Amino acid sequence: MAEYDKGIRIEGLRKRFGEGEAAVDALKGVNMQVAPGEVVGLIGPSGSGKSTLLKCLGAVIEPSGGRMTLGGQVIFDERWTIDDLSALRRDRIGFVFQAPYLISFLNVTDNVALLPMLAGQPNTEARRRAQELLEALDVAHRAQAMPSHLSGGEQQRVSIARALISRPPVILADEPTAPLDSERAMAVMRILDRMARQYQTAVIVVTHDEKIIPTFKRLYRIRDGRTEEESGEGRSLF
Amino acid sequence: MISLAGRDILHAWGKFVFTGVGLGLLIGVTLTMAGVYRGMVDDARVLLDNSSADLWVVQRGTLGPYAESSSLQDDLYRGILGMPGVARAANVTYLTMQVLRAQGDVRAMVVGVVPGGPGEPGQPGQLVAGRHITHSHYEAVADVASGLRLGEQVQIRRQYYRVVGLTRRMVSSNGDPMIFIPLRDAQEAQFLKDNDAIWQQRRRTTSNPAVARSQVPGLLDALLAAQESNPYVNAVLVQLENGADANETAELIRRWKRLQVYTRDQMESILVGKLIRTSAQQIGMFLIILAIVSAAIVAFIIYTLTMGKIREIAVLKLIGTRNRSIAWMILQQALGLGLIGFVVGKVAATFWAPFFPKYVLLVVQDTLLGLASVLLICTLASVLAIHAALKVDPAEAISG
Repeated sequence: MAEYDKGIRIEGLRKRFGEGEAAVDALKGVNMQVAPGEVVGLIGPSGSGKSTLLKCLGAVIEPSGGRMTLGGQVIFDERWTIDDLSALRRDRIGFVFQAPYLISFLNVTDNVALLPMLAGQPNTEARRRAQELLEALDVAHRAQAMPSHLSGGEQQRVSIARALISRPPVILADEPTAPLDSERAMAVMRILDRMARQYQTAVIVVTHDEKIIPTFKRLYRIRDGRTEEESGEGRSLF
Repeated sequence: MISLAGRDILHAWGKFVFTGVGLGLLIGVTLTMAGVYRGMVDDARVLLDNSSADLWVVQRGTLGPYAESSSLQDDLYRGILGMPGVARAANVTYLTMQVLRAQGDVRAMVVGVVPGGPGEPGQPGQLVAGRHITHSHYEAVADVASGLRLGEQVQIRRQYYRVVGLTRRMVSSNGDPMIFIPLRDAQEAQFLKDNDAIWQQRRRTTSNPAVARSQVPGLLDALLAAQESNPYVNAVLVQLENGADANETAELIRRWKRLQVYTRDQMESILVGKLIRTSAQQIGMFLIILAIVSAAIVAFIIYTLTMGKIREIAVLKLIGTRNRSIAWMILQQALGLGLIGFVVGKVAATFWAPFFPKYVLLVVQDTLLGLASVLLICTLASVLAIHAALKVDPAEAISG
């Protein structure tokens, strides 16, 4: 069980919005574990608390109770500041969104290398690492292209490269295959799986996508603010 | 470190350049307005410099020949010449009027000077063509801004004058070009009456029994002659001997001649502090309004540009970009826009300044002050956009 401490471990996570009679419990004691190198699915109907859980995991909103460990670090206590949370997101969490949300005025390489460059790393070093990731994700040939000139699949691969640039121990993917057809969706899942194993990253994929649900070996179903662990089919991605 | 603002500007350079050009034209107008004020002050100083005078002797109780009308007897200069410390003294008249030329007319300040050479009080210091006035009548030296050419004839009142010399930067405090003519002609022109008025005056004087007295032969003729001549000038320009103290000499003339005397500093304060004060205040108001309009435009543009990138800002915040990096990006864009605008404005002002009818003086001091003001205005204008960007919740980047 110690392996989960290096990935994601959530115990009794609660989130309440509002106070008194108007209070709404969005999360009522969530428990999850994701080991480094593992890709786990998170599914559930609309309003079940997926996005709230993702925001808590992404250090965007503060949980009301419970305990979270991301990449070996217990997060959220009274000592955390906004800058600490920014640094946590920058160094320990990678985000992949439903829409890639690439920065329109930066080329592919600089979109990927942006975070290390903003953190003060030498531009050449950051770009070299970005190039390595782009090669690993088979989009190195579009390194100088602007985001608007990429296909949807290429944009999503670039966003995955951006999520991996800081070698975060955790990646949170929010509907990463939603806008893609079956073939491209499976390609993205293959990449996430490969990158998770290669960089020993714990990956949570929030999805409604029926095409990719069978690919998870393990998944969590969230319902009414509580999670249930299920065994997935673990269908081969290859 | 990568410059997000710089990359955004390079990516959308057309938008920035066109916006910057629009802003730049506004800044150009602002710099030009400042230049108009500087030009007025410089015109006033040049007017004094070109008078070649150390003291201005004028009618008592008046502010001198430029700010108020002044009238002195034209023989007073002889007495002034005898005062200690005075090297040279010369009469001068000033009259602003429309001067007729072959095609149309030109507004000018007609200056009556005693014929002489350069360095004489009242004479134009330097000529760019031709020669100084050497004859006592019907010669003129004109400023090139009048558009007159060498050899051209102009009509002042009833007389014709040939332009024998051209000078430069000899303008009144209003910016009207000067035309120098001999003093006697100028005195005549200043008080010249039309033929009917002269005939009427003669008739009235002749029929007046108090002066048309046969017992006093010559009285009527002398009175008529006095009525038809003008023994007045507007001022006496005084040059001091080397080492003479202007204030002491001025005090002596005030005391013994009972006239008003101004030194160079006093005359400059009259011109700058009184004559062009209202114009300066007018321009100052324009400058304030233009600064506010510029600030509003920059604020609106930067706010709109920032709002157009709100999703990207949310993503930047979510993936860990610090607030200060985002604020710096917006500030850099505002400053970049201001710099583009300033360069365009400076070039535009430099280009169009010579085409203004009055002198526009663009000085480095105003340019630097303008640059600092633009950067300050852009910084203030970006505050609204930075505030909006910092309020963006990174959670907005996560769907649901």
